[in-house]
Amino acid sequence: MSGRQPVLTMTEISKSFPGVRALDGVDFRLFPGEVHALMGENGAGKSTLIKVLTGVYSHDAGTIELAGQQVSFTGPMQAAAAGVSTVYQEVNLCANLSVAENIFIGREPRTLGAIRWGEMRRRARDLLAQLDLHIDVSQLLGTYSLAVQQMVAIARAIDIQARVLILDEPTSSLDATEVEQLFRIMRQLREQGIAIIFVTHFLDQVYGIADRITVLRNGRLVGEYPTAELPQLALVEKMIGKELDVLESLDEQSKRDLAALEASTPFLQAEELGRKGSVAPFSLTIHAGEVVGLAGLLGSGRTEVARLLFGADRADHGRTSVDGKPAALRNPIAAIGHDIAFCSENRRTEGLVGELSVRENIILAMQAARGWLRPIPRRRQDELVDKYVKALSIRPADPEIPVRNLSGGNQQKVLLARWLITEPRLLILDEPTRGIDVGAKAEIQKLVVQLSDGGMAVLFISAELEEVLRLSHKIAVMRDRQLVTELANDHTVDADRVMQTIASGTHHEGARA
Amino acid sequence: MTTSSLTPTRDWWRIPQRYVPVLATLTLLLVMYGVGVSQYRAFSNIQVVFNVFIDNGFLLVVAVGMTFVILTGGIDLSVGSVVAMTAMMSASLLQGGVHPAAVLVVALLVGPTLGFLMGCVIHFFDIQPFIVTLAGMFFARGMCTFISKSSIPITDPFWTSMAQERIGDPKGNFVSISVLVAFAVVLVGAFVLAYTRLGRNVHAIGGNQQSALLMGLPVGQTKIAVYVISGLCSAIGGILLSFYTLSGAPLIAVGMELDVIAAVVIGGTVLTGGSGYVFGTVLGVLVLGVIKTLITFDGSLNSWWTKIVIGGLLFAFILLQRLIGIRKK
Repeated sequence: MSGRQPVLTMTEISKSFPGVRALDGVDFRLFPGEVHALMGENGAGKSTLIKVLTGVYSHDAGTIELAGQQVSFTGPMQAAAAGVSTVYQEVNLCANLSVAENIFIGREPRTLGAIRWGEMRRRARDLLAQLDLHIDVSQLLGTYSLAVQQMVAIARAIDIQARVLILDEPTSSLDATEVEQLFRIMRQLREQGIAIIFVTHFLDQVYGIADRITVLRNGRLVGEYPTAELPQLALVEKMIGKELDVLESLDEQSKRDLAALEASTPFLQAEELGRKGSVAPFSLTIHAGEVVGLAGLLGSGRTEVARLLFGADRADHGRTSVDGKPAALRNPIAAIGHDIAFCSENRRTEGLVGELSVRENIILAMQAARGWLRPIPRRRQDELVDKYVKALSIRPADPEIPVRNLSGGNQQKVLLARWLITEPRLLILDEPTRGIDVGAKAEIQKLVVQLSDGGMAVLFISAELEEVLRLSHKIAVMRDRQLVTELANDHTVDADRVMQTIASGTHHEGARA
Repeated sequence: MTTSSLTPTRDWWRIPQRYVPVLATLTLLLVMYGVGVSQYRAFSNIQVVFNVFIDNGFLLVVAVGMTFVILTGGIDLSVGSVVAMTAMMSASLLQGGVHPAAVLVVALLVGPTLGFLMGCVIHFFDIQPFIVTLAGMFFARGMCTFISKSSIPITDPFWTSMAQERIGDPKGNFVSISVLVAFAVVLVGAFVLAYTRLGRNVHAIGGNQQSALLMGLPVGQTKIAVYVISGLCSAIGGILLSFYTLSGAPLIAVGMELDVIAAVVIGGTVLTGGSGYVFGTVLGVLVLGVIKTLITFDGSLNSWWTKIVIGGLLFAFILLQRLIGIRKK
C-alpha cells in the first residue's frame, strides 16, 4: 500500500465549536480501492471530520489534498462534483419524490432544458439492478423501507462517479441480510478502485469488510492500522483509552434469582393488549427489579409494544394493570402518573430539544410533572443535573451548552438522565444503544443493571441480541407484529435459540422453562 | 431482504395516494357543475363555463405562482397587493401618456423585483416567509394609495381592445384575451414544475430542505426564484385585472391572497410543501368560480355565502390532506 499514492490526504485538521474542541490536529489518509474504517467513541470527532471533508463545516486549520490537489470545499455539492460523495446515517433524500428522481435530481438527463423522464427511469433501473435491487423506480421513495432508501442513497452517490465514497453509519438501521447486501456492493465498488470511508459502531462489520482502520479519540488521532494487525480487543482499548472489563463483569451481575421475582406482584401486567394494524394482542408482565428484553427484527413490532404500554398509541384491545390493580394507560400522561418512563428510539425527533441546553433538557420532564407553576429552584436543578452528568459521564461535562452540539451517544445519555431524574418505577428503553459507541454502550448497559438492582423495572428493546441476552431476566420475542414467545433467560438460552425463534416463530424445547 | 420490504403496499385497483386530493377536487367540481345543470336550465350553456374563466383568469394566473411558493413550504401574502399595485401603476402611467408597450414592460418588472427582494430576505436572513411577505403586502398596498387615492380610469386604445376582444365560435360563445394568457401561464407553470430542474428542486425543498441541501441542490436560488415567479404571476394577474376592469383602484383585490391560497389548497397542494400539481390549482380556482356562479344563479342568496362555502371546503380539504398524511405514516 505504501507504494501507492493516497487519493485523499487530510493533514493537521483542527475544528472548534463553542465550548467543544471537536478536532485537534487530525491526520487522515485514504488509498484508492480500500475500505477504510473510521472508528471512535461518540464525540471522538468522526462526524466532524467527515463534515469538514465534505465542506459542511469549514476547518480552522490544516489542509486537505484530493488526488494531489489542495482542496477546500464550500459544500457537499462542490465535494460531490470533485468526486467525494456521502451517504449519511439518516437517509438524506426526499421521501416525496420518486426513487428515480432521488437518484438523479440535480443531474437529470435533459433535452433543451426538459427532463427526459423515461430515460431517467431507465437509468435508475439499470443502476439499481447493479446493486441487485429490483423495484419500481417511479414510486415515491417514502413508500419503501429504510433499507431500500439507504440503497437508493448509495446508488445516488456512486452515480456521481465518486472517487471517494463516505458511508456514515449506513448499517445502523439494516438487518443482517441487508448488511450483507451492502457489503457485497462495497466490495464491488472497492474492486472498481473507489476509496470508501466506512463509519460504524459495529465492530464485527469493521472486521468483516475494512482493510484499514483509523481511530480517533476526543478529537485527536490515535493511529492508523491495517485491520489484520489490530485485534478487536486492542481496537476497543484504543477507542476508549482505558482497559475495559465492564462488559465481562456485567454477565455475572444480571443473573439473579428469577423465582423470587416471579413470586412478587408484577408492577405492570398487560393482558391481550393490542391495536389493529400495529401489533397483535399480547400479554406481558414486568416485575419490579426485572429487566425484560424485547427481541426481534426491525419492524417486528418492538417499538409498537413499547408505545402501547406507554399510552403513546391507544390500545383497542385488552387490559393493563399496575401493582395488581386495573389501570388504563390511555395516554402518556396516565403512564407517567404510574411512574412509567419511555426513552424513544428517535432521540432527535421525539425526545430532545436541540436548542435548549443540557440542563434544560434534563429538567424538562421533571418540571412538566411538577406543573409549570412550581419551578424547580436553580440550585436544586444544578445539583440534580450535576449528579446525572457525572453518573452517566455526559461529555462535554458542561450542562450549559446546547444539546445539538453533543454527539449521538451523549444525547442519548441526556435523554436517559431526563427520565431517571423523575425516578420512574418502569423504564422503557427503545434502542438506547443504537448508533453509539462501545464505551457509551457499556456504560448504559451497566446503568440498566444498576437500576434494576435498585428495584426499577426495565423494558429493554434492542436489535442487538447479545445485549438483550446479557441484560434481560426474561426475553419476549417479537415476529411479524406478534409476541411469539417468552423465554426465561437461563443458561439454556443463547443467541442461536433466540435467532431460531425469531426465524421460525415457534416455541422450541426449553421454552417451557 | 424479504420481498415485503421491497414492494410498497400497492394494489392495482388503488389510486396512488398522491393523486387522491386532485381527484377529490375534480369529483367535487363535477358534482357542483352537475347540481348547477340540474337546477338551472341556463347553466348548461357552455358560455357559463367560459365566463368562469373570464371572471377568474387573473386569479388563476396568481394561483399558479402561489403553487410554486407553497410547494417549497413557503407562503406569499403579498400577491393581492402586488396585483393592485400593478393595475394602479399601469393606469397611472397610461394616464400620463406613456406608450402601452413601455407600460407593460414596467408593470411586468415591478412585481418580480419585489418578489426577488422578499425572497432574498427570506433566504439570507432565514426569516419566516409569512412575516416577510406580510411586510411586502403592506408596502405594495401603501404604494397603491401613494400613486393615487382614488380610482384611475383607463382609456388607452390597446387596453380597451384587450378588454373587449372576444375570441369565439360562430354560435356566439367566446373567451377573452385574459383567458388565453391564463392558459398559457398554466401550461408554462405545469411544464416548469414537471419537466425542469427548477421545478423538481421546488418539490425537493418542499419535501425536505435539509436533504435538498445535502444532495447539493441550489436551495437558496430556488427559494428566491419561487418568490420571483410569484411576483411575476401577480404582475401578469394585475395587468389582466386592469384589462378586466379598465381601471386601477387602490382598494381592489383586497384579501385576494386568501382566495388564492384557498384555491391552491383546495386544488390539493399540501401547505407544508412537497406535493401538489398546477392542474389541481386550476381545479381549485374553478371550484371557487363555480361556487360564485351557483350563488349568482340562485339570486336569493347573499354573496357572503361564497365565503361560507369556501370556508367549509377548505376545512374539508385540509382534513383530507391530514388523513392521507397519517395513513402514510
